[in-house]
Amino acid sequence: MSAAFRSPDTAGAKLAFQLYVAIGIAVFLLMMLAGAAFRAVQAAWVPLPPQFGYELMTLHGAGMVGVSGLAGAAVMWYFLRRYVRLSTGMFLAMLGLSLVGVVMILAAIGIGRFAGAWTFLYPLPAKSMGVWGAHAAAAFVGGLVFIGVGFLLFYLDCALALLRRYGSFWKSLGLDQLFGPGPVDTTLPPTVVASTMVIIINVIGILAGAVVLVMSLVGIYVPAISFDALLMKNLIFFFGHVFINATIYMAVIGVYEIVPRYTGRPWTVSRPFLASWAAVTLVVMAVYPHHLLMDYVMPSWMIVAGQVLSYLSGIPILLVTAYGALVNIHRSGLEWDLPLRLLIFSLFGWAAGVLPAIVDGMVRVNLVMHNTQWVPGHFHFYLMLGLVPMLLGAMLYVSTRGPWRESALDRAAFWTFGVAGVAFCFVFLAGGWQGVPRRFAVHDAAWLGLAQLGTVAGALVLAAALVLGIRLLARLPRVSLSA
Amino acid sequence: MALKGGKMQNVAWVTSLVLMGAVAAVFLWVAAGASRRGSDAGAMAKSAMRWRDRLFWLVIAAGAALSIGTLWEWPIAGHAAAAAKPDVVIRAVGHQWRWEIDRDTVRAGELVEFQLTASDVNHGLAIYQNKTRMVAQAQAMPGYVNKLQVRFSEPGEYELLCLEYCGLAHHGMRAVIKVRPGGAS
Repeated sequence: MSAAFRSPDTAGAKLAFQLYVAIGIAVFLLMMLAGAAFRAVQAAWVPLPPQFGYELMTLHGAGMVGVSGLAGAAVMWYFLRRYVRLSTGMFLAMLGLSLVGVVMILAAIGIGRFAGAWTFLYPLPAKSMGVWGAHAAAAFVGGLVFIGVGFLLFYLDCALALLRRYGSFWKSLGLDQLFGPGPVDTTLPPTVVASTMVIIINVIGILAGAVVLVMSLVGIYVPAISFDALLMKNLIFFFGHVFINATIYMAVIGVYEIVPRYTGRPWTVSRPFLASWAAVTLVVMAVYPHHLLMDYVMPSWMIVAGQVLSYLSGIPILLVTAYGALVNIHRSGLEWDLPLRLLIFSLFGWAAGVLPAIVDGMVRVNLVMHNTQWVPGHFHFYLMLGLVPMLLGAMLYVSTRGPWRESALDRAAFWTFGVAGVAFCFVFLAGGWQGVPRRFAVHDAAWLGLAQLGTVAGALVLAAALVLGIRLLARLPRVSLSA
Repeated sequence: MALKGGKMQNVAWVTSLVLMGAVAAVFLWVAAGASRRGSDAGAMAKSAMRWRDRLFWLVIAAGAALSIGTLWEWPIAGHAAAAAKPDVVIRAVGHQWRWEIDRDTVRAGELVEFQLTASDVNHGLAIYQNKTRMVAQAQAMPGYVNKLQVRFSEPGEYELLCLEYCGLAHHGMRAVIKVRPGGAS
């Protein structure tokens, strides 16, 4: 029965996955370079004008969010196709449309000098004080639309495939079992549950994004038409929050699939697992007002929801996924290698990173921490030290099942990435503690020391990532779709 | 809010360090022993899940206490149901890239209400006692007025920065509030 639903391992499918990994590695490294360069501008070590700094910041943000989405989708596609029939064409369509979007965004920034940040907070794209023009803003916003359409096509294909096999999202999310009387059917793959959750939240998130992007385009070309700034902010943060969260919920599929192969202990669904994914489906969409706690005119019930749900959103990560992984590996007799090290480290990055995020999600803390470097501190923790090693670990695993030996360079790169990465994030957090604003291209003298420390740590992270990336690219021709 | 800037930042910093350190310690402990094989995996997993259930209820109880404790009295003073009547009102409008404020001097001890809005794009007004101590902040948004209440307890010059990215000279968008010694007028 299940074999009938499995996607065939064709040469085309393998090539598509290799394309995603190769492009993903290249873009990740380039965007890391852009981020490190912006940090060096903040440290006053690179004599670039502020405008160039803000262009780097915009490029780094947009590029990282986009490539995180694509690489996360690649991991989801890789494993989900074992349970349902997915289309390689739709998978490649997402890549093609995204590349069109990337070209438009690069042109907007590089030629049009757009520097409105990846969040394109309305009405900033349309009001640059003459720094960039309407076409540049429209190219950036239009580029995001192309990327969004690509993702919608991919999710549509995944959704149809899940519906063909399971009949409804209710069943593929395991809700019939969660609320049903009988024992849980442990043959329902965690990959299917996680994929269903991501499809639900990200289709809704991207549709909200599409609405606000079209409204932004109208605002850019027809200045006489203006929209409610608070409504636009809500839509933008709903879209942005859901999209970036979805990246890690796609990537964690690799952990569910791969870690049990090392330990010999299956990772099966259970009631707490299903309850946690059901809760996360709702919470990830409802928690976004924690980005708007300093918009005092927001309805107070939304502020309360932002704080309370922000706290609750940490529970599934800490007590279900991270705790579950630790129980799975505890005294299992596993043999460590680079992919496993990266996967377990990624869970640490994710679990530890949500803690300062939860702290900042409290209104009383947000009053003195919002938009300081505390924010990049916590999101770099769970993206740079969570998402990135999670993706790298999964991609390395599927490329190294043939004859392969971990080298001393691999271990050195892993430890450099981990230690320098933790230092990099803690410098950001310390900046937040000290009130250093985020998104300043020019830092006051009192803040330069932290920016310089951050630049050094960032350069080390980049060097380690380069080694890991090259190791992965070198093995990519031997990737297996059935690893 | 009373102006003892830095206290909340210290609480956030220390709390985060302790919690993140605890997570790191658990990961290191489990990872260090993962390559050894335990005797009964099933029993270990059952015991771990029992601990998780207890931990879950502890986390829920802590969250309930924290939520009630920090939200019962509305933390945004200017928008509380029974907001205190301010001694001084300062109207502040954010423009690319300057703050327009109708008053720049107040007295220590006065309850000052900043009524914030913006003429063009989103801005964020943050009050700094010095470069490394933020006192409070609020967003300044076109079409809306956010009311930020601050009681300056120490005289001196306080810098106003923009904390919502607003374009090319965002980092240079600043103003100063002078706080003179003396009680409420």
